[in-house]
Amino acid sequence: MANRDYDVVIIGGGPAGLAAGLYAARGRHRTVLLEKGVIGGQISLTELVENYPGVPNVNGFDLAQTMLQQAESHGMETEYVDVTGIEKSGQRWVVRTGADDFTAKAVIITAGAEYNRLGVPGEEKLTGKGVSYCATCDAAFFKEMEVAVVGGGDAAMDEGLFTTRYASKVHILHRRDELRASRILQDRAFANPKMQFHWNTVVEEILGEELVTGVKLRDIVTGETSEMPVSAVFVFIGQHPNTGFLDGLVKMDAGTHILVDDWMRTKVPGIFAAGDVRQNSARQVASSVGDGVTAAIAADHYITDAFPD
Amino acid sequence: MAKPVEVSDSDWDTQVLQSDVPVLVDFWAPWCGPCRMVAPLVEELATEYEGKAKFFKLNTDDNIRTATRYGIRSIPTLIVFKGGELVDQVIGFRPKSDLKKSLEKAF
Repeated sequence: MANRDYDVVIIGGGPAGLAAGLYAARGRHRTVLLEKGVIGGQISLTELVENYPGVPNVNGFDLAQTMLQQAESHGMETEYVDVTGIEKSGQRWVVRTGADDFTAKAVIITAGAEYNRLGVPGEEKLTGKGVSYCATCDAAFFKEMEVAVVGGGDAAMDEGLFTTRYASKVHILHRRDELRASRILQDRAFANPKMQFHWNTVVEEILGEELVTGVKLRDIVTGETSEMPVSAVFVFIGQHPNTGFLDGLVKMDAGTHILVDDWMRTKVPGIFAAGDVRQNSARQVASSVGDGVTAAIAADHYITDAFPD
Repeated sequence: MAKPVEVSDSDWDTQVLQSDVPVLVDFWAPWCGPCRMVAPLVEELATEYEGKAKFFKLNTDDNIRTATRYGIRSIPTLIVFKGGELVDQVIGFRPKSDLKKSLEKAF
């Protein structure tokens, strides 16, 4: 396995990583961005981004591709690998992957966040066969069918409302007796005749062999269980930062978000974090881009100070 | 460079099921972002396996009958066939090495 030397290694190709890559490469640092899946991260699954200033309406995947091309035109390289760990080697860092190792003067962690799973029987087996974490991706396959949406926040309402374009009925399954979604989304959801709400309800099992055929539910107040025939289960119960590979390298909060200062610096010199992976992220494309830019500028200052030629 | 060929409900059986070599079908739709990440990987495989396997794309919006027949509930889905039988399938975006591993099961 080759050892490849860079000035800046960026882990994660969402908006924060792409913005950091643009600035680092333009700052004449030899820069590589490591991505394990799809460039753009969560926004690559977003049909329409309407709140990125200066770009009124854009498909999320297209926006990410434009950001990638812009960064690459300034010299950023891209590799599709899964990072397994980061280790110190003298004054530099070694970023380990399933293939090559990448050494860096500075590492910017922009690994983003991933949706939470229910953790019930049937969920893993039927993912892609009716279990979904992205309604805008998969809702079209459930025309005139009844589906379930699990959750009561903004994502659940937003994606549930999108699903009503196709499904004949959308059952909202929520563990509480009220929604946590914003008022405007609640109003839209309650006004939609296809949306049916089931309160104090948790999913115990997802049923089906080849395809989803239903869910087993439990009422947490009465304890009663029941079965509901549905063709799909869309799960929107929050997300968690992708920080498992860091293994205690940097300080995190109870939710495993990375702690950083105003310049996106962790307490470990040369390690920076930006976007959804850090504590108190606003979790917007625009704020992640800002974070990434800040981290790249801080990394530039760090490299100038720590590696005087 | 070999490119995957569009296949539809009407020529599915003759093109895919009656093929004398292994077949990889990319189930996709124009609105699907991750499908656009998978497409170039499938093209690379089509070049590598030219003459040894056939590569098709099926638009799930236009060919609901075939998409339903194979229980497509999420795209991209790639399915590998050999002698008309389903050998393996990959759901969602995966690196090229995973796609190759799936295709190799037909050899």
